Amino acid sequence: MRSAWRWLLVITLSASGSQANANDWNMPVGVTDVSADIFGLHMTIFWICVVIGLVVFGAMFYSLFRYRHSKGAKAANFHEHTSVEVLWTAIPVLILVGMAVPATATLKNMYDSSDAELDVMITGQQWRWRYEYLGEDVAFTSNMSTPRTQVSGAETRGEHYLLEVDEPLVLPINRKVRFLMTSDDVIHSWWVPDLAVKQDTIPGFINENWVTINEPGIYRGQCTELCGINHGFMPVVVHAMEEDEFDGWLAERKEAAAEEAMGVDREWAMEELVARGQEIYQSICSSCHQAEGQGSPPAFPALANNEQLISDVDWHLNKVINGVSGAAMPAFRSTLNPVEIAAVVTYTRNAWGNDTGDVVQPSEVAELIAQ
Amino acid sequence: MSPKLPPQPHLQHSSTAVSDGQSQSHAAPPKGILRWLLTTNHKEIGSLYLIFSLTMFFVGGIFALVVRAELFQPGLQLVEPEFFNQMTTMHGLIMVFAAVMPAFTGLANWMIPLQIGAPDMALPRLNNFSFWLLPVAFALLLSTLFMPGGGPNFGWTFYAPLSTNYAPPSTSFFILALHMAGISSILGAINIIATILNMRAPGMRLMDMPLFVWTWLITAFLLIAVMPVLAAVITMMLMDINFGTSFFNAAGGGDPVLFQHLFWTFGHPEVYIMILPAFGIVSAIIPTFARKPLFGYASMVYATAAIAFLSFLVWAHHMFVVGMPLVAELFFMYTTMLIAVPTGVKVFNWVTTLFRGSISFESPMLFALAFVVLFTIGGFSGLMLAIAPADFQYHDTYFVVAHFHYVLVPGAIFAIMAGVYYWLPKWTGNYPNERLAQWHFWFSIIGVNLTFFPMHFAGLAGMPRRIPDYALQFADFNLLSSIGAFFFGASQLLFVLGIILCVRGGKKAPAKAWEGAEDLEWTVPSPAPLHTFETPPVFHRISH
Repeated sequence: MRSAWRWLLVITLSASGSQANANDWNMPVGVTDVSADIFGLHMTIFWICVVIGLVVFGAMFYSLFRYRHSKGAKAANFHEHTSVEVLWTAIPVLILVGMAVPATATLKNMYDSSDAELDVMITGQQWRWRYEYLGEDVAFTSNMSTPRTQVSGAETRGEHYLLEVDEPLVLPINRKVRFLMTSDDVIHSWWVPDLAVKQDTIPGFINENWVTINEPGIYRGQCTELCGINHGFMPVVVHAMEEDEFDGWLAERKEAAAEEAMGVDREWAMEELVARGQEIYQSICSSCHQAEGQGSPPAFPALANNEQLISDVDWHLNKVINGVSGAAMPAFRSTLNPVEIAAVVTYTRNAWGNDTGDVVQPSEVAELIAQ
Repeated sequence: MSPKLPPQPHLQHSSTAVSDGQSQSHAAPPKGILRWLLTTNHKEIGSLYLIFSLTMFFVGGIFALVVRAELFQPGLQLVEPEFFNQMTTMHGLIMVFAAVMPAFTGLANWMIPLQIGAPDMALPRLNNFSFWLLPVAFALLLSTLFMPGGGPNFGWTFYAPLSTNYAPPSTSFFILALHMAGISSILGAINIIATILNMRAPGMRLMDMPLFVWTWLITAFLLIAVMPVLAAVITMMLMDINFGTSFFNAAGGGDPVLFQHLFWTFGHPEVYIMILPAFGIVSAIIPTFARKPLFGYASMVYATAAIAFLSFLVWAHHMFVVGMPLVAELFFMYTTMLIAVPTGVKVFNWVTTLFRGSISFESPMLFALAFVVLFTIGGFSGLMLAIAPADFQYHDTYFVVAHFHYVLVPGAIFAIMAGVYYWLPKWTGNYPNERLAQWHFWFSIIGVNLTFFPMHFAGLAGMPRRIPDYALQFADFNLLSSIGAFFFGASQLLFVLGIILCVRGGKKAPAKAWEGAEDLEWTVPSPAPLHTFETPPVFHRISH
């Protein structure tokens, strides 16, 4: 059945000269039991439609050809036939019942997120994902890493154009992972076709989904719910590892996180903070406030030469930590750590002609967040 | 108690068009623009609706072409994502509310009185008001594109909170425009129901009415039921935006998912509002050119009613991935699958009407036959989308875009075009140029399939909808779609040309313009005089 489907599409697509492989024009079978079940349902209902279509369109085109007025066809006058009408009402009902049974079983399985071995909190933000390994003290944000120069065409587009991130979500294979999904701003939707997981992330609500990945690999997807200007630039990348490799990765991340937490207490040099802040600014802030801090008013104010920002460091810190209610600016108090907030604020206060000379220390930020 | 008075003699209306521009006035009709501003004649208002709809079809079409031009190849070339989002949003809003819906209302205005033997619509002044709300509403909507922050950019489904807390300042004007369009629809629906229930020719029972009248009667009830829901949901948005309420704002105790439940309670019946009258048109055209009565008239009526009833019970199939409980997913999956049954009955009836007919292929018939095939393909993808587990993969991808464009473009819009070619001889007294119409048909059918068929594959391969730029593996499909879209768009100029030529002249049509046509509109002269059926016609029952 699979090969017939491919064959049909090769014909359809040969006109376009496509060199693509099967997954480029059909749903992927994927790498989980659920994704394979869904693929099976998809192909079953597809072939049911093909058969019904052949019968109905066959009868239609036969009639159109056989009973042409131009060939002197004389019209009959029948316009009712109760038993035929009952039959073609009943048969579709039976087909649908036959389809509903396996669909119901798959759906029940998809809704059973019990007995998970790892919980990952996924938070959608305009326009990035935040992943938090619950109970492990490991959390990070995942931003698109495709440079804007590729989008504009100034640079050749890479193989994974728009589907690559700075830090993928790392998961173990063969373990049941539960996702808890929410959003900080508008509704997003987290989708990886190979995992057959697509779930809206909704502000104020926590949705559940789960996955058990069968094969290691890198799986790519995108945000699928319109979420603003950069909706098209919000990829999802999952890196599925062997279990022991994953355990090693997680231990390493835990250690790094602990180290970073210690950095809050020490005195940081301005150069350190600016260097760190520039990275964070480019990956998180620049999608709205633009690379040179010029913003795109009225929705996204300029930061360069912003009088209020330059004159009032407390105001500046408050906006970054607590966000702006009713506007697009999120609160970063829980998504960035004190070191990161101090770094990005220091950078912003000393870049693009904002030569304030201010240095904000992580310890000050930690105190503000604690209040 | 006052004594019973003898009945007053009725004033006789003149039956000549020149002396009586308005049905209630003997004064000469105002000249120039005022004639059209003040008209209460169902045929003139019908023409206004149709011209408005055709204009908006091109406006919405140009927005679609901006979208397709940007998607012609990967990367951002022509527009910024912000403007791209405004274009997808405006394309949807204009096509749904300003092109498809007014086209059907225009056809209803023209044809329902003619098909039931009524002299006009029941409420002529209301009719004028319903129409003139529309140009105001959509001028306001289009003007938001020039306001600071731009026009609506949150998709035609305007999900909160993107459309409330995160929306551009022009959103309140968008809401006002939609309110006016909604009032127009409700008033139009009331008028249609009043006309059909009260003004049928003596002897015409409900089950004698042509299918176009039946489908519109049911559509009008759908409109009255769901337009107030739309009005409620956009009013709640207005309050959230301007008055600090939190209906859809989780931070204030509101619920963004509630927005979707309310929107689709309106939105799903709305989908059928845009297709049921199309069923009626096709059910008139196929018997005419097969020279054979419609098969299963009664089951057609019951199937339409069943679809309308079910349309209230399926809304959350648009929301399979919002995290509804399992039992809700199952309920909406089953009800949605059930819709395939009455829809199937309709398709089987059309095909059986063709069987053992005597079929000719004039342009209305070509569009109607294309409707049957391509609408059914859209129905098949709809059936696939109904399977909730599979919808987790299809949802919000180009597979969905392909699906609803198949039911709306070669579905609703082809049916409207079929109706226009079918009734143009009655409206103008001239046959449309058949050769031109055939070119229009073949270009349209190539264009529509080239545009929308590849979208199935792009969606299955993983391309989300509403993105201004895409990964490289989707490039081939998007290239094809964009070429198809420009081809389809350009070929619609043939449609306009055909209509203009037909209005100006052409082969003269007799009262019964098509050999196999049976309904009452074919008993009045072509072109239909401004006033028809001032004396109710004698209705002869055709045995169904």
